[in-house]
Amino acid sequence: MTRERYLPLLATIVVFAALFITGGLLYKHFFSTLVIGHILADNAFIIIAAIGTTFVILSGGIDLSIGSMIGFVGVCMANLDAVGWHPLASAALMLAFGALFGAAQGFTIDFCKAQPFIITLAGLFLLRGACFMVNLDSVPIRHPFVMAFAGANIPFPTGGFLASSAIVMLVVLAAGIVIAHFTRFGTYVYALGGDSASALLMGVPVRKTIVSVYALGGFYSALAGVIYALYTSSGYPLAGQGNELSAIAAVVLGGTLLTGGVGLVAGTLFGGMILGLISTLINFNGSLNSAWIMISGGVLLFLFIVMQKSLVSSFGFRRAT
Amino acid sequence: MSTQPTSTAIVQPRSLVTRLRWLAGQRALWPVLALLLILAVNGIVSPGFFNVRIVEGRLFGNVIDILYRATPTALVALGMAIVIGTKGIDLSVGAIIAICGAMMAWRIQAGDPHVVVLLIALATGLLCGLWNGFLVAILNIQPIIATLILMTSGRGIGLMINLLYGGTNPSFESPFLQGLSVGRIGLVPTRLVVFAVVFTALWLLIRKTALGLFVESVGGNSAAADLAGISSRLVKYAAYLLSGLLAAAAGVIIVADTHTSDPVSQGLFVELDAILAVVIGGGSLAGGRIYLGLTVIGALVIQALTTTILTSGLPPEYNLVVKAVVVLAVLLLQSDNARHAVTDIFRRRK
Repeated sequence: MTRERYLPLLATIVVFAALFITGGLLYKHFFSTLVIGHILADNAFIIIAAIGTTFVILSGGIDLSIGSMIGFVGVCMANLDAVGWHPLASAALMLAFGALFGAAQGFTIDFCKAQPFIITLAGLFLLRGACFMVNLDSVPIRHPFVMAFAGANIPFPTGGFLASSAIVMLVVLAAGIVIAHFTRFGTYVYALGGDSASALLMGVPVRKTIVSVYALGGFYSALAGVIYALYTSSGYPLAGQGNELSAIAAVVLGGTLLTGGVGLVAGTLFGGMILGLISTLINFNGSLNSAWIMISGGVLLFLFIVMQKSLVSSFGFRRAT
Repeated sequence: MSTQPTSTAIVQPRSLVTRLRWLAGQRALWPVLALLLILAVNGIVSPGFFNVRIVEGRLFGNVIDILYRATPTALVALGMAIVIGTKGIDLSVGAIIAICGAMMAWRIQAGDPHVVVLLIALATGLLCGLWNGFLVAILNIQPIIATLILMTSGRGIGLMINLLYGGTNPSFESPFLQGLSVGRIGLVPTRLVVFAVVFTALWLLIRKTALGLFVESVGGNSAAADLAGISSRLVKYAAYLLSGLLAAAAGVIIVADTHTSDPVSQGLFVELDAILAVVIGGGSLAGGRIYLGLTVIGALVIQALTTTILTSGLPPEYNLVVKAVVVLAVLLLQSDNARHAVTDIFRRRK
């Protein structure tokens, strides 16, 4: 494809590098694989959810149910753990549930010709309510597998390490890249997001694609929930609140256009890493309030959207309306 | 005598069936029916539900309580209805409430007269609307994303304002502002009077000037509206300004009620409730329609549901699930495909 397609991704990487270098100049010990490893591990679940969201947004939709899904998966896994399930078994069950729930959302969106925003908003309410119905308190997951999972990592040569959650994230990122760029389904998603009317005329199976896109989104957010539950070794009904916005922000920072049809899955990794880097920088400073994380996130979002707008107009990407 | 035959000729075709058909065609039917249904269920479950008493010189009862609690959501929803009418959406209203609360606490601590504080709070809402309008109307950014920016950073801005004078969740005392929120005028809670005034003013602005028509034409087809000589930019801008102002009004009521600025949790999820109220009231997210009265009914439906869940003894956690079911039911009722599927099933049976 054209080179312009990679410009937003390039800009994302430049911003990431600039932020990282700034951190290195400001603080001692910032330039280390330990910091990188921590950012990857801490934000693995957000990035996993954001990869699923990338597909949904590429298809021209939006998914608000991510945060609630993360909470619901955690609560279910904790309760299944209490009755003696192996975390892997409950994880498999929750992944299947996530895909099914997403598929149901996708089907409703296409069948009712409804706005994805409203349907997934109902999904947000439904899953968060379901969290509270299961239990109201934080429930620990005590299975020895959780400790083993948290302890597993690949050490870097210079003292840092790649945590197991980050490994899972990189694996599903690779899977996402393959699905988006090397399968027919991926092409359908881009076609649908670019112009749904033309896609229909060219024979893209619209309903099947929409159902699959939301099923994929549901699967990825359920996986994010599994990783979050294992990482925190607990299930908490308020977990993941507002994470849908972080995921959407990561996708936008990664260079994907919210109008659909333009963007790269790999960009989402850097988008999520930028968000993680900002909070790490603010934590390193120590004197700054956490309010700065929210504000700088908003400012960065604004800058990226404006940059994308100017790129779109200067290179003539057609906007789908 | 000669008028007799003509009047019967007009009345004649209006049989029960045609009247029912006319009624079914009314878009007000479903939201009003939903509200009546919820109230009826309440009346059956708890017999004293509709009692209105006078306690300590004010009206008191479940129905009054629903009106009272629905006021902030209804205010936000009115602004949302206008924004959605332009085919937009405003996700930042909850954050605007948080910022206004922080501004109020700050200016009261700084010693401003409380009337000025009220104006400052409303001006803050306008300023937020100005920002959103700038992004949507001037920079042409998709409304969901444009307002997402303020939504993510707004609560942080509120926290920063609190930090300006070293306070975390500062509380304040203000008889004037609290009077606006929890006081009463005669028997009626003040906030209901405030709401009635705001609603009337807004109704006059939307329905008695051309603004409503402009908004609906921009929402229906903004390019066509531009060709017809309506500045779609200006109309969109006006919608976000109004939404910011109304969110600020709701913020004053919420913050004065708790007399604490709590940017992290004040007005949390109000944007979702407001959008829901608009959708229940028959507004389409595709734009081009504004129903102010039905939006208020939508807000009342949401509050009545919440009150029902609380009074019926169900755990409050069921609230969200019930809301989700209501959203889905409304969408299925509005969808042609779902209706056709249902009528097909009935036809097959016959």
